[in-house]
Amino acid sequence: MSAHEYVVRTKGLVKIYTMGEEVLRALDGVDLDIRRGEYISIMGPSGSGKSTLFNSIGGLDKPDEGSVFINDVDMAQLDARELAYLRCHTIGYIFQTFNLIPVMTALENVTLPTVFAGMPTDEGLERGMELLDLVGLGHRYHHRPTQLSGGQQQRVAIARALANNPSIILADEPTGNLDLKTGEEIIDLLRKLNRDQGVTVISATHDYKMVNVSDRVVWIRDGKIAKIEERANIDLQIGGMHGEEF
Amino acid sequence: MSAETPDQPSHAKAGIQKQIQLPFSKAWQISLQGIRIRWMRSLITASGILLGIAFFSFVRTAGLFPIDMTDKEAVSASNRQSWLAIMALLVCFVGIMNAMLMSVTERFKEIGTMKCLGALDNFVVKLFFIEAGLMGVLASLAGWVTGWVIMVLLHLLSKGTEGMVSAFWIASVRELALSVGIGTVITLIAAVPPANRAAKMPPIAALRSEI
Ligand SMILES: Nc1ncnc2c1ncn2[C@@H]1O[C@H](COP(=O)(O)OP(=O)(O)O)[C@@H](O)[C@H]1O
Ligand SMILES: [Mg+2]
Repeated sequence: MSAHEYVVRTKGLVKIYTMGEEVLRALDGVDLDIRRGEYISIMGPSGSGKSTLFNSIGGLDKPDEGSVFINDVDMAQLDARELAYLRCHTIGYIFQTFNLIPVMTALENVTLPTVFAGMPTDEGLERGMELLDLVGLGHRYHHRPTQLSGGQQQRVAIARALANNPSIILADEPTGNLDLKTGEEIIDLLRKLNRDQGVTVISATHDYKMVNVSDRVVWIRDGKIAKIEERANIDLQIGGMHGEEF
Repeated sequence: MSAETPDQPSHAKAGIQKQIQLPFSKAWQISLQGIRIRWMRSLITASGILLGIAFFSFVRTAGLFPIDMTDKEAVSASNRQSWLAIMALLVCFVGIMNAMLMSVTERFKEIGTMKCLGALDNFVVKLFFIEAGLMGVLASLAGWVTGWVIMVLLHLLSKGTEGMVSAFWIASVRELALSVGIGTVITLIAAVPPANRAAKMPPIAALRSEI
Protein backbone atom coordinates (compact mmCIF):
# COMPACT_ATOMS: atom_id res chain seq x y z
CA MET A 1 0.00 0.00 0.00
CA SER A 2 1.09 3.56 -0.57
CA ALA A 3 2.11 5.84 2.22
CA HIS A 4 -1.27 7.54 1.88
CA GLU A 5 -3.05 4.60 3.40
CA TYR A 6 -2.96 6.39 6.73
CA VAL A 7 -4.58 9.74 7.18
CA VAL A 8 -3.44 10.18 10.78
CA ARG A 9 -0.49 8.62 12.59
CA THR A 10 0.69 9.39 16.06
CA LYS A 11 4.04 8.30 17.43
CA GLY A 12 4.81 8.21 21.11
CA LEU A 13 2.46 11.03 22.07
CA VAL A 14 2.98 12.33 25.59
CA LYS A 15 1.12 15.18 27.22
CA ILE A 16 1.97 16.15 30.74
CA TYR A 17 0.00 18.39 33.06
CA THR A 18 1.68 19.59 36.22
CA MET A 19 -0.41 20.99 39.01
CA GLY A 20 1.88 21.91 41.87
CA GLU A 21 3.59 18.71 43.03
CA GLU A 22 1.39 16.45 41.00
CA VAL A 23 2.54 15.36 37.54
CA LEU A 24 -0.15 13.86 35.35
CA ARG A 25 0.63 12.04 32.12
CA ALA A 26 -2.67 12.69 30.33
CA LEU A 27 -1.18 10.95 27.28
CA ASP A 28 1.51 8.42 27.96
CA GLY A 29 3.03 7.15 24.73
CA VAL A 30 0.17 6.87 22.26
CA ASP A 31 0.93 5.20 18.91
CA LEU A 32 -2.05 5.14 16.62
CA ASP A 33 -2.48 4.71 12.87
CA ILE A 34 -5.79 5.67 11.35
CA ARG A 35 -6.65 4.55 7.83
CA ARG A 36 -8.22 6.79 5.24
CA GLY A 37 -12.01 6.56 5.22
CA GLU A 38 -12.19 4.82 8.56
CA TYR A 39 -14.79 5.44 11.23
CA ILE A 40 -12.89 5.12 14.45
CA SER A 41 -14.07 5.55 18.01
CA ILE A 42 -11.82 6.43 20.88
CA MET A 43 -13.44 4.96 23.95
CA GLY A 44 -12.56 5.34 27.55
CA PRO A 45 -13.85 6.53 30.88
CA SER A 46 -13.94 10.19 31.79
CA GLY A 47 -10.43 11.51 32.41
CA SER A 48 -8.72 8.78 30.40
CA GLY A 49 -7.19 11.26 27.94
CA LYS A 50 -9.64 11.24 25.02
CA SER A 51 -9.93 15.02 24.73
CA THR A 52 -6.19 15.42 25.14
CA LEU A 53 -5.68 13.03 22.22
CA PHE A 54 -8.36 14.85 20.21
CA ASN A 55 -6.57 18.17 20.80
CA SER A 56 -3.19 16.78 19.79
CA ILE A 57 -4.46 15.13 16.61
CA GLY A 58 -6.39 18.25 15.71
CA GLY A 59 -3.47 20.59 16.23
CA LEU A 60 -5.38 22.49 18.90
CA ASP A 61 -2.70 21.87 21.50
CA LYS A 62 0.92 20.76 21.30
CA PRO A 63 2.00 17.43 22.77
CA ASP A 64 5.06 17.47 25.05
CA GLU A 65 6.66 14.53 23.25
CA GLY A 66 6.00 12.53 20.12
CA SER A 67 4.58 13.46 16.75
CA VAL A 68 1.34 13.66 14.88
CA PHE A 69 1.38 13.06 11.13
CA ILE A 70 -1.57 14.21 9.06
CA ASN A 71 -1.41 12.84 5.51
CA ASP A 72 2.24 12.01 6.27
CA VAL A 73 3.04 15.60 7.22
CA ASP A 74 4.58 16.08 10.65
CA MET A 75 2.43 18.67 12.33
CA ALA A 76 5.35 19.98 14.38
CA GLN A 77 6.99 21.11 11.12
CA LEU A 78 4.12 23.44 10.23
CA ASP A 79 4.25 27.16 10.87
CA ALA A 80 1.25 29.12 12.14
CA ARG A 81 -0.15 29.81 8.68
CA GLU A 82 0.18 26.20 7.58
CA LEU A 83 -1.50 25.05 10.78
CA ALA A 84 -4.37 27.46 10.10
CA TYR A 85 -4.63 26.05 6.57
CA LEU A 86 -4.76 22.53 8.00
CA ARG A 87 -7.50 23.48 10.47
CA CYS A 88 -9.41 25.21 7.72
CA HIS A 89 -9.17 22.66 4.91
CA THR A 90 -8.08 19.28 6.23
CA ILE A 91 -9.84 18.86 9.58
CA GLY A 92 -13.41 19.53 10.66
CA TYR A 93 -13.99 19.77 14.40
CA ILE A 94 -17.07 18.80 16.34
CA PHE A 95 -17.31 19.50 20.06
CA GLN A 96 -19.46 18.22 22.87
CA THR A 97 -20.64 21.77 23.54
CA PHE A 98 -21.23 22.51 19.83
CA ASN A 99 -19.23 25.77 19.98
CA LEU A 100 -21.36 27.63 17.49
CA ILE A 101 -20.95 31.39 17.45
CA PRO A 102 -24.02 32.51 19.39
CA VAL A 103 -24.72 35.76 17.56
CA MET A 104 -24.55 34.20 14.11
CA THR A 105 -27.34 32.38 12.30
CA ALA A 106 -27.03 28.72 11.35
CA LEU A 107 -26.09 29.71 7.81
CA GLU A 108 -23.51 32.28 8.95
CA ASN A 109 -21.94 29.68 11.24
CA VAL A 110 -21.69 27.10 8.48
CA THR A 111 -20.32 29.67 6.04
CA LEU A 112 -17.60 31.01 8.33
CA PRO A 113 -14.93 28.42 7.40
CA THR A 114 -15.45 29.27 3.72
CA VAL A 115 -14.77 32.92 4.55
CA PHE A 116 -11.44 31.94 6.12
CA ALA A 117 -10.71 29.79 3.08
CA GLY A 118 -11.17 32.86 0.89
CA MET A 119 -14.22 31.55 -0.96
CA PRO A 120 -16.34 34.30 -2.59
CA THR A 121 -19.39 35.20 -0.49
CA ASP A 122 -22.05 33.92 -2.94
CA GLU A 123 -20.30 30.62 -3.39
CA GLY A 124 -19.89 30.28 0.39
CA LEU A 125 -23.58 30.92 1.01
CA GLU A 126 -24.51 28.39 -1.63
CA ARG A 127 -22.19 25.85 -0.07
CA GLY A 128 -23.65 26.65 3.38
CA MET A 129 -27.23 26.07 2.24
CA GLU A 130 -26.23 22.84 0.51
CA LEU A 131 -24.68 21.57 3.75
CA LEU A 132 -27.61 22.66 5.91
CA ASP A 133 -29.88 20.71 3.55
CA LEU A 134 -27.55 17.74 3.86
CA VAL A 135 -27.95 17.68 7.66
CA GLY A 136 -31.69 18.32 7.34
CA LEU A 137 -31.76 21.91 8.58
CA GLY A 138 -32.13 23.87 5.35
CA HIS A 139 -35.40 25.35 6.60
CA ARG A 140 -33.79 26.67 9.81
CA TYR A 141 -30.93 28.53 8.12
CA HIS A 142 -31.79 31.92 9.61
CA HIS A 143 -32.10 30.68 13.20
CA ARG A 144 -29.60 31.52 15.91
CA PRO A 145 -28.11 28.68 17.99
CA THR A 146 -30.30 29.67 20.97
CA GLN A 147 -33.35 29.07 18.80
CA LEU A 148 -32.25 25.53 17.99
CA SER A 149 -32.35 22.34 20.05
CA GLY A 150 -29.12 20.62 21.10
CA GLY A 151 -29.42 18.04 18.34
CA GLN A 152 -30.04 20.75 15.76
CA GLN A 153 -27.06 22.76 17.00
CA GLN A 154 -24.87 19.69 16.65
CA ARG A 155 -26.15 19.23 13.09
CA VAL A 156 -25.18 22.80 12.31
CA ALA A 157 -21.76 22.10 13.82
CA ILE A 158 -21.43 19.01 11.61
CA ALA A 159 -22.37 21.04 8.54
CA ARG A 160 -19.78 23.64 9.55
CA ALA A 161 -17.14 20.94 9.98
CA LEU A 162 -17.76 19.85 6.38
CA ALA A 163 -17.62 23.35 4.90
CA ASN A 164 -14.25 23.05 3.18
CA ASN A 165 -14.43 19.34 2.33
CA PRO A 166 -12.04 18.11 5.02
CA SER A 167 -10.51 14.66 4.85
CA ILE A 168 -10.91 14.20 8.61
CA ILE A 169 -13.76 14.88 10.98
CA LEU A 170 -12.64 15.00 14.59
CA ALA A 171 -15.42 14.76 17.13
CA ASP A 172 -15.02 15.03 20.90
CA GLU A 173 -18.00 13.39 22.59
CA PRO A 174 -20.42 14.67 19.95
CA THR A 175 -23.37 13.04 21.72
CA GLY A 176 -22.28 13.92 25.25
CA ASN A 177 -24.80 16.73 25.67
CA LEU A 178 -27.67 15.05 23.84
CA ASP A 179 -30.45 12.70 24.89
CA LEU A 180 -30.38 9.07 23.79
CA LYS A 181 -32.49 9.38 20.65
CA THR A 182 -30.91 12.62 19.42
CA GLY A 183 -27.49 11.14 20.10
CA GLU A 184 -28.34 8.16 17.90
CA GLU A 185 -29.45 10.46 15.10
CA ILE A 186 -26.14 12.32 15.28
CA ILE A 187 -24.20 9.04 15.22
CA ASP A 188 -26.20 7.87 12.19
CA LEU A 189 -25.53 11.16 10.44
CA LEU A 190 -21.78 10.91 11.08
CA ARG A 191 -21.77 7.33 9.82
CA LYS A 192 -23.72 8.33 6.71
CA LEU A 193 -21.26 11.13 5.95
CA ASN A 194 -18.39 8.72 6.47
CA ARG A 195 -19.91 6.27 3.96
CA ASP A 196 -21.20 8.75 1.37
CA GLN A 197 -18.39 11.30 1.38
CA GLY A 198 -15.52 9.05 2.38
CA VAL A 199 -14.49 11.40 5.16
CA THR A 200 -12.51 9.79 7.97
CA VAL A 201 -14.35 10.12 11.27
CA ILE A 202 -12.45 10.06 14.54
CA SER A 203 -14.74 10.29 17.49
CA ALA A 204 -13.89 10.36 21.18
CA THR A 205 -16.76 9.02 23.18
CA HIS A 206 -17.95 6.98 26.09
CA ASP A 207 -21.21 6.27 24.34
CA TYR A 208 -21.43 2.53 23.64
CA LYS A 209 -23.82 3.13 20.74
CA MET A 210 -20.81 4.43 18.84
CA VAL A 211 -19.28 0.96 18.94
CA ASN A 212 -21.93 -0.38 16.58
CA VAL A 213 -21.05 1.94 13.75
CA SER A 214 -17.28 2.02 14.18
CA ASP A 215 -14.83 0.23 11.93
CA ARG A 216 -12.40 0.11 14.83
CA VAL A 217 -12.54 0.99 18.48
CA VAL A 218 -9.53 2.27 20.35
CA TRP A 219 -9.81 1.73 24.08
CA ILE A 220 -7.83 4.22 26.04
CA ARG A 221 -7.14 4.25 29.75
CA ASP A 222 -4.87 6.47 31.85
CA GLY A 223 -3.40 8.02 28.73
CA LYS A 224 -2.43 4.69 27.19
CA ILE A 225 -4.04 2.60 24.49
CA ALA A 226 -5.41 -0.45 26.27
CA LYS A 227 -6.53 -2.30 23.14
CA ILE A 228 -7.65 -1.75 19.58
CA GLU A 229 -10.50 -3.83 18.26
CA GLU A 230 -11.71 -4.39 14.72
CA ARG A 231 -15.44 -4.18 14.26
CA ALA A 232 -15.76 -7.86 13.39
CA ASN A 233 -14.44 -8.86 16.80
CA ILE A 234 -16.53 -6.31 18.66
CA ASP A 235 -19.81 -7.64 17.33
CA LEU A 236 -19.21 -10.94 19.07
CA GLN A 237 -18.62 -9.33 22.42
CA ILE A 238 -21.17 -6.58 22.40
CA GLY A 239 -23.67 -8.54 24.45
CA GLY A 240 -21.40 -8.85 27.42
CA MET A 241 -19.97 -5.36 27.22
CA HIS A 242 -22.81 -3.33 28.62
CA GLY A 243 -22.53 -4.92 32.02
CA GLU A 244 -18.79 -4.56 32.02
CA GLU A 245 -17.38 -1.62 33.99
CA PHE A 246 -14.72 -1.08 31.31
CA MET B 1 4.95 42.97 8.75
CA SER B 2 7.76 40.46 8.43
CA ALA B 3 8.91 39.18 5.07
CA GLU B 4 6.69 36.41 3.81
CA THR B 5 8.05 33.13 2.60
CA PRO B 6 6.73 31.94 -0.76
CA ASP B 7 3.30 30.33 -0.64
CA GLN B 8 4.21 27.22 -2.63
CA PRO B 9 3.93 24.03 -0.61
CA SER B 10 7.22 22.26 -0.11
CA HIS B 11 7.38 18.57 -0.91
CA ALA B 12 7.74 17.67 2.73
CA LYS B 13 4.39 19.31 3.42
CA ALA B 14 2.50 17.92 0.47
CA GLY B 15 -0.91 19.45 0.07
CA ILE B 16 -0.57 21.86 2.92
CA GLN B 17 -0.23 25.47 1.92
CA LYS B 18 -0.04 28.65 3.87
CA GLN B 19 -3.42 29.94 4.93
CA ILE B 20 -4.38 33.01 2.90
CA GLN B 21 -4.32 36.46 4.45
CA LEU B 22 -7.79 37.92 4.06
CA PRO B 23 -7.87 41.53 2.81
CA PHE B 24 -8.57 44.40 5.19
CA SER B 25 -11.93 44.96 3.51
CA LYS B 26 -13.03 41.49 4.63
CA ALA B 27 -12.07 42.25 8.24
CA TRP B 28 -13.91 45.57 8.00
CA GLN B 29 -17.00 43.83 6.66
CA ILE B 30 -16.99 41.13 9.36
CA SER B 31 -16.39 43.70 12.12
CA LEU B 32 -19.33 45.84 10.99
CA GLN B 33 -21.48 42.75 10.82
CA GLY B 34 -20.27 41.84 14.30
CA ILE B 35 -21.34 45.20 15.71
CA ARG B 36 -24.68 44.95 13.94
CA ILE B 37 -25.60 41.44 15.03
CA ARG B 38 -24.40 42.16 18.55
CA TRP B 39 -26.27 45.46 18.45
CA MET B 40 -27.70 45.53 21.98
CA ARG B 41 -24.43 44.35 23.51
CA SER B 42 -22.53 46.89 21.43
CA LEU B 43 -24.82 49.67 22.61
CA ILE B 44 -24.23 48.75 26.24
CA THR B 45 -20.47 48.68 25.75
CA ALA B 46 -20.62 51.92 23.80
CA SER B 47 -22.67 53.61 26.50
CA GLY B 48 -19.88 52.81 28.96
CA ILE B 49 -17.47 54.72 26.74
CA LEU B 50 -20.01 57.46 26.09
CA LEU B 51 -20.68 58.14 29.76
CA GLY B 52 -16.99 58.28 30.62
CA ILE B 53 -16.21 60.75 27.86
CA ALA B 54 -19.39 62.76 28.55
CA PHE B 55 -18.25 63.33 32.14
CA PHE B 56 -14.77 64.30 30.96
CA SER B 57 -16.09 66.68 28.32
CA PHE B 58 -18.62 68.18 30.75
CA VAL B 59 -15.86 69.10 33.18
CA ARG B 60 -13.49 70.32 30.47
CA THR B 61 -16.15 72.44 28.80
CA ALA B 62 -16.86 74.23 32.08
CA GLY B 63 -13.21 75.30 32.04
CA LEU B 64 -13.55 76.89 28.61
CA PHE B 65 -15.51 79.92 29.75
CA PRO B 66 -13.19 82.85 30.52
CA ILE B 67 -13.06 83.79 34.18
CA ASP B 68 -12.56 87.09 35.88
CA MET B 69 -9.05 86.78 37.37
CA THR B 70 -9.85 89.40 40.02
CA ASP B 71 -12.70 87.28 41.34
CA LYS B 72 -11.01 85.08 43.98
CA GLU B 73 -13.90 82.67 44.19
CA ALA B 74 -13.97 82.13 40.44
CA VAL B 75 -10.21 81.49 40.36
CA SER B 76 -10.34 78.84 43.07
CA ALA B 77 -13.35 77.27 41.36
CA SER B 78 -11.29 77.08 38.21
CA ASN B 79 -8.49 75.28 40.09
CA ARG B 80 -10.98 72.81 41.46
CA GLN B 81 -12.09 72.35 37.88
CA SER B 82 -8.66 71.08 36.81
CA TRP B 83 -8.67 68.49 39.57
CA LEU B 84 -12.16 67.46 38.54
CA ALA B 85 -10.96 67.02 34.97
CA ILE B 86 -8.21 64.65 36.14
CA MET B 87 -10.74 62.77 38.23
CA ALA B 88 -13.06 62.61 35.23
CA LEU B 89 -10.26 61.18 33.13
CA LEU B 90 -9.67 58.45 35.72
CA VAL B 91 -13.36 57.59 35.94
CA CYS B 92 -13.54 57.52 32.17
CA PHE B 93 -10.44 55.28 31.98
CA VAL B 94 -11.81 52.77 34.46
CA GLY B 95 -15.27 52.85 32.87
CA ILE B 96 -14.03 52.19 29.35
CA MET B 97 -11.54 49.54 30.50
CA ASN B 98 -14.30 47.76 32.33
CA ALA B 99 -16.75 47.85 29.44
CA MET B 100 -14.24 46.77 26.80
CA LEU B 101 -12.45 44.10 28.85
CA MET B 102 -15.79 42.47 29.55
CA SER B 103 -16.84 42.56 25.94
CA VAL B 104 -13.56 41.00 24.78
CA THR B 105 -13.09 38.34 27.46
CA GLU B 106 -16.63 37.08 27.03
CA ARG B 107 -15.63 36.30 23.46
CA PHE B 108 -12.47 34.27 24.14
CA LYS B 109 -14.37 31.12 23.30
CA GLU B 110 -15.41 32.66 20.01
CA ILE B 111 -11.77 33.45 19.27
CA GLY B 112 -10.84 29.81 19.96
CA THR B 113 -13.65 28.64 17.69
CA MET B 114 -12.59 30.94 14.86
CA LYS B 115 -9.05 29.63 15.10
CA CYS B 116 -10.35 26.05 14.85
CA LEU B 117 -12.09 27.08 11.64
CA GLY B 118 -8.88 28.44 10.14
CA ALA B 119 -8.69 32.09 11.22
CA LEU B 120 -5.18 33.52 11.44
CA ASP B 121 -4.10 35.20 14.68
CA ASN B 122 -3.61 38.58 13.08
CA PHE B 123 -7.00 38.43 11.41
CA VAL B 124 -8.70 37.87 14.75
CA VAL B 125 -6.79 40.80 16.23
CA LYS B 126 -7.72 42.93 13.23
CA LEU B 127 -11.40 42.18 13.82
CA PHE B 128 -11.20 43.37 17.42
CA PHE B 129 -9.06 46.37 16.48
CA ILE B 130 -11.58 47.58 13.89
CA GLU B 131 -14.54 46.91 16.15
CA ALA B 132 -12.99 48.67 19.14
CA GLY B 133 -11.72 51.54 17.00
CA LEU B 134 -15.13 52.17 15.49
CA MET B 135 -16.87 51.95 18.83
CA GLY B 136 -14.23 54.17 20.43
CA VAL B 137 -14.56 56.92 17.82
CA LEU B 138 -18.35 56.91 17.61
CA ALA B 139 -19.04 56.55 21.34
CA SER B 140 -16.44 59.19 22.26
CA LEU B 141 -17.91 61.56 19.70
CA ALA B 142 -21.39 61.05 21.12
CA GLY B 143 -20.00 61.34 24.65
CA TRP B 144 -18.25 64.62 23.90
CA VAL B 145 -21.42 66.07 22.34
CA THR B 146 -23.46 64.97 25.35
CA GLY B 147 -21.12 66.51 27.92
CA TRP B 148 -20.62 69.69 25.92
CA VAL B 149 -24.33 70.26 25.27
CA ILE B 150 -25.26 69.77 28.93
CA MET B 151 -22.54 72.15 30.13
CA VAL B 152 -23.43 74.80 27.55
CA LEU B 153 -27.14 74.54 28.40
CA LEU B 154 -26.36 75.00 32.11
CA HIS B 155 -24.20 78.00 31.24
CA LEU B 156 -26.87 79.52 29.04
CA LEU B 157 -29.41 79.17 31.85
CA SER B 158 -27.21 80.80 34.49
CA LYS B 159 -25.11 83.33 32.55
CA GLY B 160 -26.64 83.59 29.10
CA THR B 161 -24.23 83.85 26.19
CA GLU B 162 -21.54 85.50 28.34
CA GLY B 163 -18.08 84.18 27.42
CA MET B 164 -19.19 82.36 24.33
CA VAL B 165 -16.77 84.25 22.13
CA SER B 166 -14.81 82.89 19.20
CA ALA B 167 -12.04 81.63 21.50
CA PHE B 168 -14.63 79.41 23.18
CA TRP B 169 -15.67 77.85 19.88
CA ILE B 170 -12.10 77.24 18.80
CA ALA B 171 -11.28 75.67 22.16
CA SER B 172 -14.39 73.50 21.85
CA VAL B 173 -13.14 72.01 18.61
CA ARG B 174 -9.77 71.34 20.26
CA GLU B 175 -11.57 69.64 23.14
CA LEU B 176 -13.60 67.55 20.71
CA ALA B 177 -10.42 66.22 19.12
CA LEU B 178 -8.89 65.60 22.55
CA SER B 179 -11.93 63.70 23.86
CA VAL B 180 -12.30 61.52 20.78
CA GLY B 181 -8.56 60.85 20.79
CA ILE B 182 -8.46 59.89 24.46
CA GLY B 183 -11.65 57.82 24.26
CA THR B 184 -10.47 55.89 21.22
CA VAL B 185 -6.99 55.25 22.60
CA ILE B 186 -8.33 53.96 25.92
CA THR B 187 -10.83 51.75 24.07
CA LEU B 188 -8.08 50.26 21.93
CA ILE B 189 -5.76 49.78 24.92
CA ALA B 190 -8.54 47.91 26.70
CA ALA B 191 -9.59 45.73 23.77
CA VAL B 192 -6.60 44.92 21.62
CA PRO B 193 -4.08 43.40 24.09
CA PRO B 194 -6.51 40.83 25.51
CA ALA B 195 -7.77 39.94 22.03
CA ASN B 196 -4.17 39.57 20.94
CA ARG B 197 -3.41 37.35 23.93
CA ALA B 198 -6.41 35.10 23.19
CA ALA B 199 -5.53 34.92 19.50
CA LYS B 200 -1.96 33.81 20.28
CA MET B 201 -3.09 31.03 22.65
CA PRO B 202 -3.38 27.49 21.34
CA PRO B 203 -7.04 27.27 20.26
CA ILE B 204 -7.89 24.85 23.03
CA ALA B 205 -6.71 27.29 25.71
CA ALA B 206 -8.98 30.02 24.34
CA LEU B 207 -11.86 27.55 24.09
CA ARG B 208 -11.39 26.44 27.67
CA SER B 209 -11.30 29.90 29.16
CA GLU B 210 -14.39 30.47 31.25
CA ILE B 211 -15.30 33.81 32.69
N1 LIG C 1 -5.80 21.82 31.10
C1 LIG C 1 -5.58 20.83 31.96
N2 LIG C 1 -4.87 21.04 33.08
C2 LIG C 1 -4.64 20.04 33.94
N3 LIG C 1 -5.07 18.79 33.78
C3 LIG C 1 -5.80 18.51 32.68
C4 LIG C 1 -6.09 19.51 31.72
N4 LIG C 1 -6.82 18.96 30.72
C5 LIG C 1 -6.97 17.66 31.07
N5 LIG C 1 -6.36 17.38 32.23
C6 LIG C 1 -6.31 16.08 32.89
O1 LIG C 1 -5.84 15.12 31.96
C7 LIG C 1 -6.57 13.91 32.09
C8 LIG C 1 -7.19 13.57 30.77
O2 LIG C 1 -8.21 14.52 30.49
P1 LIG C 1 -9.10 14.47 29.20
O3 LIG C 1 -8.23 14.27 28.02
O4 LIG C 1 -9.95 15.68 29.21
O5 LIG C 1 -9.97 13.17 29.45
P2 LIG C 1 -11.32 12.70 28.78
O6 LIG C 1 -11.60 13.57 27.61
O7 LIG C 1 -11.07 11.27 28.40
O8 LIG C 1 -12.38 12.79 29.80
C9 LIG C 1 -7.56 14.12 33.21
O9 LIG C 1 -7.05 13.54 34.38
C10 LIG C 1 -7.68 15.60 33.32
O10 LIG C 1 -7.96 15.97 34.65
MG1 LIG D 1 -13.24 14.80 27.19
